Amino acid sequence: MKFLLVFAALAAAARGEQLFVGDQVLRITPSDEEQINLLRALAEHTVVQVDFWRHPTSPGQPADLWVPFPGLQAVKVFLESNNISYSIMIEDVQELLDEEKKTMMKSKRINRSTSTFDYASYHTIDEIYDWMDMLVDDHPGLVSKLQIGQSYENRPLYVLKFSTGGSNRPAIWLDTGIHSREWITQATGIWTANKIAKEYGQDPSITAILDSMDIFFEIITNPDGFAFTHSSNRLWRKTRSINASSNCVGVDPNRNWDAGFGGSGSSSNPCSETYHGPYAHSEREVKSIVDFILSHGNVKSVISIHSYSQMLLFPYGYTTAPAPDHQELNELAKKAVGDLAAVYGTKYTYGSIADTIYMAAGTTVDWAYDNGVKYSFTFELRDTGRYGFLLPSSQIIPTATETWPALLDIMVHVLEHPY
Amino acid sequence: MELPPGHYLATRAAALAAACLCYRRGSPGRGLALRAVRRASRQDIDGVGQKYHLELVLEDLLDKDSTVNCTAEVLYHLGNNIPPDVQFTIEGELKNAEEADNIFYNRIKSLEKELVAENIPDSHGNVSPEMEPVHLLAWVASGYVIWQNSTENTKFQLAQIKHVKQVKRSDEYLEFDYTILLHEMVSQEIIPWQMTVLWHPQHGVQVTQDSRQPEHASE
Repeated sequence: MKFLLVFAALAAAARGEQLFVGDQVLRITPSDEEQINLLRALAEHTVVQVDFWRHPTSPGQPADLWVPFPGLQAVKVFLESNNISYSIMIEDVQELLDEEKKTMMKSKRINRSTSTFDYASYHTIDEIYDWMDMLVDDHPGLVSKLQIGQSYENRPLYVLKFSTGGSNRPAIWLDTGIHSREWITQATGIWTANKIAKEYGQDPSITAILDSMDIFFEIITNPDGFAFTHSSNRLWRKTRSINASSNCVGVDPNRNWDAGFGGSGSSSNPCSETYHGPYAHSEREVKSIVDFILSHGNVKSVISIHSYSQMLLFPYGYTTAPAPDHQELNELAKKAVGDLAAVYGTKYTYGSIADTIYMAAGTTVDWAYDNGVKYSFTFELRDTGRYGFLLPSSQIIPTATETWPALLDIMVHVLEHPY
Repeated sequence: MELPPGHYLATRAAALAAACLCYRRGSPGRGLALRAVRRASRQDIDGVGQKYHLELVLEDLLDKDSTVNCTAEVLYHLGNNIPPDVQFTIEGELKNAEEADNIFYNRIKSLEKELVAENIPDSHGNVSPEMEPVHLLAWVASGYVIWQNSTENTKFQLAQIKHVKQVKRSDEYLEFDYTILLHEMVSQEIIPWQMTVLWHPQHGVQVTQDSRQPEHASE
């Protein structure tokens, strides 16, 4: 008899929608076998769908029953009149679903703005390409993205352009990640690019710089190598070009420039980490920068960022002879490392490449310098070998933060010393 | 001849001295690293080799604020057929690592299965707290390999532990078989190296066997 009442009530409540507004989930605790049988019968004979999310098994063990809104009253009456104890576990199923959906959307949205991007982690090539588009979106009129060529494996070579207008203004070139294993450099590049965009109009130095000059920033200068460090070998340095005469892959992009090419401090062995390549500018990654800088014609500074060793270096690497501007570059380097150290006490050494680190022929900055770009510098970021290339991500923001004043020193000097 | 402290000859000799010192004085609870070169001079000795006199600042890897000064003499032998001679004097006391060493020792001794691990640090530079002493032990032991294989034209650093496996022993020593990757700065090469490391809190770190492994050049 009791069953019929319930069935009638539930039948009356039948509906065909899929919405869960007002639906509840009841936690029911049958006290004996008879109550368990009643519960099973309830679920089986109903017209309106009730559904056990957790089935009744034995006395004292809770069962969870989803009840659509229209049938709630009838079910509760049934339970109460049979002295079956229950409580409301979920008051409104739709509310819970809405809450969940919001959380999911929020987490998707988290990466939709450069102000919520996680600068304190290392990212994949796709995440960085996405972030670049976000940066452009967030700062229209200041930041644009150019493609200067393609890598060996046909990945785009993207450069961010920071400009407040004008036509072919004197420019500063920055690059990170030319050696793919130096992950702190791409990470610092992202932070720095965001900082430049954020600080224009706020920080007097960067504002003065961008009011008269353009900045070109290539963050993933060796995308094939970078992808390889994620997929196969974290310590890969070179490009991924196939060498005609060898099983060994790749050319050292910082030995492939036409400045003392093939000389001391580079190798003619394709298996070597400092293999200079078959000829100068053989690598697309290098050639595209060469073409860009030469056709631009008004680049006044090239700053190439590497790791590790904590050094600020300037030409020459291919010879021990001092560069004509040695004194000025040395003074500027001294000031920059002083301002870097002032942030967290991180000590850098500085000097010409050949004196400070080793002979190296065919480097980016030597080529730039010999092609009229006076203010050519190479940074070697943190650390000095404790973690080396595997610098913990917790050091990304401190590294970028301390490097910023050093970069500014160089850029301000370039601004104030036109040539 | 006095060298500017930032000159590569000075920093290479200093790195070698620090590696050797770390090997002789280090443990899983105490790692030392070069913080700065204060002074350096180089002397060419006819028929013998090149001798360096160095004044260095070292830091405790587990407590960056803790530094210690030391003087070192490095002699690179002509022809590089024998490993360089390194002598050093530490000014003052190094921090006591007894407690940290004993904790690690007892932890490993009480493991049911021999310890095995790989890729320390991982790609993101992370080292879990449990693996920190294993990492330090490799850092200390690699000091030996670096010392034995250095010349004026090399600068080695431990890049990563590729693989480590504890080897069961019947005596009180702990033994680990490491495959490490050494980064050689001048050539920029990554060199795999196998080393067998013995350690006991009272007996220091010993590399009993080591061998350079072939590189995977095309990978």
